[in-house]
Amino acid sequence: MLKYSIFSLIKNAFNYHENWQKAWRDPELKKKYDVVIVGGGGHGLATAYYLAKEHNLKNIAVVEKGWIGGGNTGRNTTIIRSNYLWDASAGLYDHALKIWESLSQELNFNVMFSQRGVMNLAHNQHDVRELKRRTHANRLNGIDCEWLNTKQVKEFCPIINCSPNIRYPVMGSTLQKRAGTARHDAVAWGYARGADSMGVDIIQNCEVKGIKRKRDLVEGLETTKGFIKTSKIGVVAAGHSSVIANMAGLKLPLESKPLQALVSEPIKPVIDTVVMSNAVHAYVSQSDKGELVIGAGTDSYVSYTQKGTHEIIEGTLKAILELYPIFSRLRMLRQWGGVVDICPDASPIISKSNIKGLYFNCGWGTGGFKATPGSGHLFAHTIAKDEPHALNAAFNINRFISGELVDEHGAAAVAH
Amino acid sequence: MFIIKCPYCGERDHSEFSYGGEAHIVRPKQPSELSDGQWAEYLFTRKNIKGLQYERWNHAHGCRRWFNMARDTSNDKIHFVYQMGEKPTK
Ligand SMILES: Cc1cc2nc3c(=O)[nH]c(=O)nc-3n(C[C@H](O)[C@H](O)[C@H](O)COP(=O)(O)OP(=O)(O)OC[C@H]3O[C@@H](n4cnc5c(N)ncnc54)[C@H](O)[C@@H]3O)c2cc1C
Ligand SMILES: [Zn+2]
Repeated sequence: MLKYSIFSLIKNAFNYHENWQKAWRDPELKKKYDVVIVGGGGHGLATAYYLAKEHNLKNIAVVEKGWIGGGNTGRNTTIIRSNYLWDASAGLYDHALKIWESLSQELNFNVMFSQRGVMNLAHNQHDVRELKRRTHANRLNGIDCEWLNTKQVKEFCPIINCSPNIRYPVMGSTLQKRAGTARHDAVAWGYARGADSMGVDIIQNCEVKGIKRKRDLVEGLETTKGFIKTSKIGVVAAGHSSVIANMAGLKLPLESKPLQALVSEPIKPVIDTVVMSNAVHAYVSQSDKGELVIGAGTDSYVSYTQKGTHEIIEGTLKAILELYPIFSRLRMLRQWGGVVDICPDASPIISKSNIKGLYFNCGWGTGGFKATPGSGHLFAHTIAKDEPHALNAAFNINRFISGELVDEHGAAAVAH
Repeated sequence: MFIIKCPYCGERDHSEFSYGGEAHIVRPKQPSELSDGQWAEYLFTRKNIKGLQYERWNHAHGCRRWFNMARDTSNDKIHFVYQMGEKPTK
């Protein structure tokens, strides 16, 4: 793998940047692999990367029905934080946040991780109590989190309308300073490049159509590029996880729903942090290009169309305009949707299944981008060792039978 | 965005309706006799179909009545609506 550096940049400038080595190969699909990862999003690619790097497995494929990063990885609003309520979630998301902090160096690829802070606004007494409780819980788990009163909110993010007369007045906010954003595509590309350099075959335009099993053992996959023999399959297909589970005769506790986002025309820097609000279902940050990146809640019904309804966007923009009157003349440039897989407890599943050799990493719903490095790392462990890592043991699929749910609706439902 | 034909009121914008999830999941008569696995199946597990799904809707901002609907979740095309208690016609 060519190392990217100031020297390689200068060297390539001499031939007008026309001779850069391809970041990853486009290999032929082999007949047999030790592990096949289904889904070339950030989580799938990270899983393959850590399988090769930490578990010394070399014969690995990632099969992706479209192009890598074209699913939710490339559609999300890139908020990264770890201020979840329960111990299990704190462990999981902060594990990821710690990897983010040195990921660009590790991958030799700039993922543009920016620790610009994430605020969660409180608009009523209940919000205040809930968010203060979460602040305390976070601190007990060693996660940085502060409580800001209304005056401090105004100081930290001056464009927020802190008037007491608006419909949802700002009564305070949490602030996690280590939180922030990263560049979504770069995460997929960085992991793809790293995995490829260790021999992982990344096969794009290859859709999984069936799972072959013999009793309770997996034997391989039917794909649009032919049959692949393998004894271990890691399914990381986000909104399509139920569809793939179905191919193996399994049903999952998931519902797939539309989630939308939109960006404005680019403007000069006005907001240097991320602000979210559960009560008014809206959040905003500003990209390095200057666009406001705005997101909302999900539509309520199951849909695989990758588009949601207009009323969701309208509601979000109403809330955004009340909180930030300064945006009232801005035009919106683009809008899009993704299909998010939601668990009843708003926590993910990183788990073995009843079928030997079939593993699931799903249920990340509206908020899995932040977990990408940690999720890949722990899922690789689970697949390689055939048992969970201590940090993902609580996120097994059997929690829906035992009742040991990890209820993160407060920290995850609307906020991403 | 789609238009839903309420069996009682006729065609209305979908925003008048609320979604009630997968249809024809019957609450077990004797929950105490089920295993934890069977109870989890009833409570949490869903088909989450990509394709024709039978589902419940409520005309929340209209007649406030419940009904069933067959919709293709891969393109949001509505195939037909039918009343509560009825079985889908295909
Ligand atoms: C609008 C929006 C905003 C979001 N905002 C945030 C946010 O701010 N912060 C945050 O943390 N999270 C956010 N999320 C959630 C986040 O995007 C996801 O949780 C995360 O990206 C999931 O990554 P993944 O790799 O598991 O899934 P994906 O990137 O969706 O990858 C799954 C891949 O599987 C492939 N696939 C599916 N079926 C098959 C098949 N049969 N054969 C082969 N391949 C298949 C798909 O093509 C896809 O590329 C948001 C999501 C959306 C839609
Ligand atoms: Zn009606």
